[in-house]
Amino acid sequence: MAYLEGNSLVAAYGPVPILHECSVSVEKGELAVIVGPNGAGKSTAMKVLLGMLNPSEGSVIFDGQDITHLSTQERISLGLAFVPQTNNVFTSMTVHENLEMGGFLREDDISHTIQEVYDLFPILYEKRKQNAGELSGGQRQQVAFGRAMMTKPTVMLLDEPTAGVSPIVMDEIFSNILDLKNSGRAVLMVEQNAQQALNIADKGFVLVSGRNTHTGTGKELIADPEVRKKFLGG
Amino acid sequence: MNMVSEVWQSHRTQVTFAIMATILLFVGFNQSWPLALGIFNLCVISSIMALGVNIQWGYAGLFNVGIMGFAALGGLSVVLISQQPVTEAVEAGGFNMLIALILGVITVVVGVVLHNKKFNKWIVFAAIFLGFFAMRYFFADGANAIEKVNPAGTGYLGGLGLPVLLSWLVGGLAAAAAAWSIGKITLGLRSDYLAIATLGISEIIIYVIKNEDWLSRGVKNVTGLQRPVPYELQLQQAPWFQDLALTVGFGVREFSTIFVKLCYAGFFVTILVGLIIMANLALDSPWGRKVRAIRDNEVSAAAMGKNITRQHLQIFVIGSAIVGLAGAMLVTYNGLLNPTSYQPLRFTFLIWVMVIVGGSGNNLGSVVGAFIIWFLWIQAGPMGLWVAEVISNIAGEQSAVTLFIEDRVHHLRLVFMGGIMLMVMRFSPGGILPEKNKEL
Amino acid sequence: MVSESVDILNAFALLTNFIIVPAIAYGSQLALGALAVTLIYSILRFSNFGQGDSMAFGAVMVILMLALFQSDWANANFGAILPPFEFLSFVPTALYALPFAVVFTAIYLLVMDKLVYQHYRRIKAKPITVCMVSMGLMFVTGGIVRIINGPERMTFDDGARFLFSVRDFKEFTGLTQGIAIKTSQFLTVTMAILLVAFLFYFLNKTKTGKSMRAYSDNEDLALLSGIDPDRVVRVTWLIVATFTAIAGTLYGLDKGFLPFQYHQLLLPIFASVIVGGIGSPMGAIVGAFVVSFSELFLTYAYKKFLIYLLPGYVPDSLVQLIGVEYKYAISFVILVVVLLIRPTGIFKGKVV
Repeated sequence: MAYLEGNSLVAAYGPVPILHECSVSVEKGELAVIVGPNGAGKSTAMKVLLGMLNPSEGSVIFDGQDITHLSTQERISLGLAFVPQTNNVFTSMTVHENLEMGGFLREDDISHTIQEVYDLFPILYEKRKQNAGELSGGQRQQVAFGRAMMTKPTVMLLDEPTAGVSPIVMDEIFSNILDLKNSGRAVLMVEQNAQQALNIADKGFVLVSGRNTHTGTGKELIADPEVRKKFLGG
Repeated sequence: MNMVSEVWQSHRTQVTFAIMATILLFVGFNQSWPLALGIFNLCVISSIMALGVNIQWGYAGLFNVGIMGFAALGGLSVVLISQQPVTEAVEAGGFNMLIALILGVITVVVGVVLHNKKFNKWIVFAAIFLGFFAMRYFFADGANAIEKVNPAGTGYLGGLGLPVLLSWLVGGLAAAAAAWSIGKITLGLRSDYLAIATLGISEIIIYVIKNEDWLSRGVKNVTGLQRPVPYELQLQQAPWFQDLALTVGFGVREFSTIFVKLCYAGFFVTILVGLIIMANLALDSPWGRKVRAIRDNEVSAAAMGKNITRQHLQIFVIGSAIVGLAGAMLVTYNGLLNPTSYQPLRFTFLIWVMVIVGGSGNNLGSVVGAFIIWFLWIQAGPMGLWVAEVISNIAGEQSAVTLFIEDRVHHLRLVFMGGIMLMVMRFSPGGILPEKNKEL
Repeated sequence: MVSESVDILNAFALLTNFIIVPAIAYGSQLALGALAVTLIYSILRFSNFGQGDSMAFGAVMVILMLALFQSDWANANFGAILPPFEFLSFVPTALYALPFAVVFTAIYLLVMDKLVYQHYRRIKAKPITVCMVSMGLMFVTGGIVRIINGPERMTFDDGARFLFSVRDFKEFTGLTQGIAIKTSQFLTVTMAILLVAFLFYFLNKTKTGKSMRAYSDNEDLALLSGIDPDRVVRVTWLIVATFTAIAGTLYGLDKGFLPFQYHQLLLPIFASVIVGGIGSPMGAIVGAFVVSFSELFLTYAYKKFLIYLLPGYVPDSLVQLIGVEYKYAISFVILVVVLLIRPTGIFKGKVV
């Protein structure tokens, strides 16, 4: 049993079915990527894992516990964290305040966790008194990761972390994501840039119209001729 | 019971109008016909105002908090167009006023030109400042001279002496012009900027009417305005009218009031019906389809290249013009321009309650809302007195509680009307006659 | 020579007494009201048309409490106010009632939020709809105010107390023109400084304050971070109620209590908020002073000032730029100019 898994999830927005028996999972210290064409239900799968959308069938298991019916808040307090694709920082607040808000629910001393974030992303320490809205795209994404790390999550869910950034910044963000994974967390992300994402991923899920079509390690999927042809542009 | 609700569901409009007619007939038979017709006429005028606001809110989601000001502009137009000019006053101060006006126009033009030619803003500012002083110099002299001419009787410039019906049109145009300038500045910005700006312009219009005696006689009121209908006294003396009264079976004096009110009702209803027909035709035209497309989804309409701001400006101007027209009709009907009667409660708020209760977006709804709310408003006075009486029976006539309540009970209508509006918005946002073709 | 320099001093004493002192007091009152509007705007996301009438409600609660203190309910002539203790007579009595008024205003606003606004937050109504709801509530509040205290003008005896009077000033300086500072004006400025300091401390240094800023900045992310929106809303109303009740009372002490005048305050308050930049607390304060100083500078009759300044010259008019009756028009013109030139306001607020 994996650390976080969604089993045979079926979900719909109103009358429109999005997911059909879709399964994804991720282990601690592992980076898993969900790829697939537009409208395949990648973000929906993530929303179901987070409890922002209720599945009609299937289950979400976290650390051996069934969390299918818990609210988003409850899941976050268990150790899930989510970094949305857009608007993922408080632009009018300083970097430091962003991190503080990430740890809003915590009653204990959060300064150690803040220090951990600064250790992981040293540039943020330099910019800690600047408003997050004034930072570059890559630095903002670091703030977003840092904010999500403040609850000391064991699983981080990232929704298209490299959407709309330049290739150089993309590399920077991917290396940050590897840092997150190497710190022992489970990282599950949805990505548009399938080639690069699968390159660094331990595990990949290819979704098409809400169904799993291919599953395997990142290398296997890149090597698979069908996946290459359909999703990686040859 | 089932059948009643079925009839109500399928014939809402007809049933509502039948009920309203019954209420008016009831007042006519039980109280008096002039009273019933008086209520009817004010209902129709309110309906027209509510229709203008409904077009703005229902078609474009524009929140106009300045209904009072647009109505007052209409009222002022009646004075300026239909009153006879006060020759003496024009001779005394007209020349200065003309120069002040020309200087004012020049100042504005120079300011705009300098600004557009990218002059330093301080130069623009200095030019406007100088222009303002020059204008004020002539203006003050002119205003003083005009106000000194027979202050008890006139003390103002008077009007152009043109037919009063023309002034209704001008009233609409004046309101449209004010709406255009406000809309031009605020539409396209945040949606509540328009609301705040209309609140401001309407208060300022009222200040001007109250304080610029040379223009509107200020709080001294302008009375004896021209009428589009005959005077009661003339009718009472006309033989044909006396015969007619005899045939109908009313006293001559009572029938003359009824007759005059009926004439007004004829004008008002014609205009109301005409406006509703035009509004409905417009809504079914290609223009109306565009309006609805924008209202139902601003984002996708903008993506399709529709100019939302321009569309909203058109609707705002049209709606305000209708309010101005109704304002002119109201002043003509009352026969006087009384600036202190312009209260935000009576003009802005009450009209909004009518629109919301009747059914925002539905033109017939605003008619229904106007009838119901106006009727409640009129009857709120007697109801308040009744409450006070009940309390005095319980607490004793001279007790402090009774005195306190008698003194304050009429303010309950603010709470009452506000409550009605909030309840309808909360529990039945569609109002009595919900809009039919709205996508939900 | 000597008399000329004294005349210049006299001229400026005149300006201080009739423009600067009143403008600072009025600006402080506006600033408190504008801060309440800007807070509601940033957190509850609508323009609150009820602000002026809520301020009247706060003032009426003070009047009500004072009447109860005097236990003279039957002949309730709320105007005559006596200090409860002789040795504290320099403190306006209204101050004793103020805490109660704050509590009552808070209760009123919280109840109205529960009854009225909460629904529209749940259904995520358009801001303009909520704006209209606030207008409905404005009339309800206005009605309650008038039912409790009548629609007539009322002045407080407290409003006529002086920290130092024109005579004191003249005796002290030997000038012919005096400067007077009313206790209420002094109190207004002091309270405004304290409240503003508290607000900025609260928003920037406390966890709750920061969570309010976070909620205002990005509602969805605030939810993801575990910030409780209901709590944020409650705290916002509490702060708004405090500012509203105090601003209303101070305004009443300074200018007398007239319900319709509070209603009319809406325009200068909105002008302050928009001039400063809607949603920006600093902007609300700066905007309030821009509005108050413009109002007083433009409506002051400069005749006497010029006589002092230019000896031998006697203007034949009052030398007044704009009549006092148009003071609210000045707010409107400032508002229009800002919307034309810089719709975001001085401190970039939110425009969309």
